[in-house]
Amino acid sequence: MARKLNLRIWRGDATDGGLKDVVVDVNEGEVVLDVIHRVQATQMGDLAVRWNCKAGKCGSCSMEINGKPRLACMTQVASFDEDETITVTPLRAFPIIKDLVTDVSFNYKKAMEIPAYSHPKDLAPGEARMEQVDVERSQEFRKCIECFLCQDTCHVIRDHEENKPSFAGPRFFIRIAELDMHPLDTLKNRKRTAQEEHGLGMCNITKCCTEVCPEHIKITDNAIIPMKERVVDIKYDPARMFSGLLRREKRS
Amino acid sequence: MSGVFSPTRAKIKERTLRTDKWWLEPAITFGVLFSFVIYATFRAFEGANYYKDHLISPFYSPCLSQACVPEATLFGWTPVSAQVFNFALSPALIILIFPLGFRMTCYYYRKAYYRAFWLSPPACAVAEPHTKYTGETRAPLILQNAHRWFFYAGLVFNVILTYDAVLAFKGKDGQWGAFSVGTIVLSLSAAMLWMYSLSCHTCRHTVGGRLKHFSKHPIRYKLWSWVSVLNHSHQKFAWYSLAAVAFADIYVRQVSTGAWTNYYFFS
Repeated sequence: MARKLNLRIWRGDATDGGLKDVVVDVNEGEVVLDVIHRVQATQMGDLAVRWNCKAGKCGSCSMEINGKPRLACMTQVASFDEDETITVTPLRAFPIIKDLVTDVSFNYKKAMEIPAYSHPKDLAPGEARMEQVDVERSQEFRKCIECFLCQDTCHVIRDHEENKPSFAGPRFFIRIAELDMHPLDTLKNRKRTAQEEHGLGMCNITKCCTEVCPEHIKITDNAIIPMKERVVDIKYDPARMFSGLLRREKRS
Repeated sequence: MSGVFSPTRAKIKERTLRTDKWWLEPAITFGVLFSFVIYATFRAFEGANYYKDHLISPFYSPCLSQACVPEATLFGWTPVSAQVFNFALSPALIILIFPLGFRMTCYYYRKAYYRAFWLSPPACAVAEPHTKYTGETRAPLILQNAHRWFFYAGLVFNVILTYDAVLAFKGKDGQWGAFSVGTIVLSLSAAMLWMYSLSCHTCRHTVGGRLKHFSKHPIRYKLWSWVSVLNHSHQKFAWYSLAAVAFADIYVRQVSTGAWTNYYFFS
């Protein structure tokens, strides 16, 4: 049974914009993206919204709903109070294009900066074998749908535009972690470059990326902190420091 | 104008459009941690009321100062002078850096106090007030990388505090086999500290997380799996252990001053 829903939608572009109030019908079981489509069909024909699968698997309909980064297709209208006004805005960490659509190309540039998997030279194609326990570890990271909600909520770039050149962001820290934990990857300096080139040290573990991930990837606990610990291994570990000193003394 | 108010971003004047009580969690965290810091500072400088009838406060253990009550020392070992530069140093101040350092650099507490005290950010998708941010890349925050050092020190402290809990099984006359409320309090405190340390991210990494091949190290993989289960509850253990240690200190202090009587179930 349809009821009326109060919706506030941000409309505008890079020059100007603001929140517009609309009242729209909503049916039982609908998600926010359904309602936005109804507004587009009945009241705002030129409303720009990016979407694709409507199943929480393509990561296209990322936006902020009542201030929280979420997928519009996975946010049930019923999860809000009936008399509540739902506010829908574009992602606030990226440049605006129009209405609910932002320019997320920053993320693709960052993706290109991450060195790819490096296969062992002595292993021919088809010869590589991995045990299940090793596969499982990185499998979690492969669930990423690249919705970039984690990038959007990360305060390092959300609140500091100037950090964008030196910070890859949580989505790419899980990529680096996945490769560094890969049993066959032969690239040696991933830890060091993660810290010195991709800005791992800028993360202060506030876990917002994990909170907003629609795939429930434990980004902080399973990727960022393990990578920080791997950096400690090569740069700050007391046991390795002392054993290194001892080795140096023996040599001299 | 930076951050969410940058010229290229959608023009929204609010710092956040969140409608939930996002401020509640950092406010509670601030209140609890601030209260603990005030109490711990008072106790660290008090330099008294930390020992009574084989119960020693975790704030004062190991008691390494020559000013320590003899029964409170670790096998009579007191390597630190009671006065440093004419300043009467409380025994708690000598060792404070280790448990404090462990908690300050803990991955969970970092989240808690960066949000609650430094508002960086106060909550997810709530704009922070700072105009510049360099994270943990330079001093002093680069010292967060010392967490592993404090983790190892924390393990030593856990052993000592477990020994203290064992000593709490002594009665007033020094006979073994006594069991009092103080025994429960100190044992619980030591147990919570072990759970906090063993669930730590550094512990998880050290036992197996650093491996590339789990399949080649089945025992370490098993250990990593167990620690990973504990690690899910690291936040809980961080709070439980803080509360347990604080209460153990309060209990020993109250018993020591005579305000409370340590009830013996049997002795």
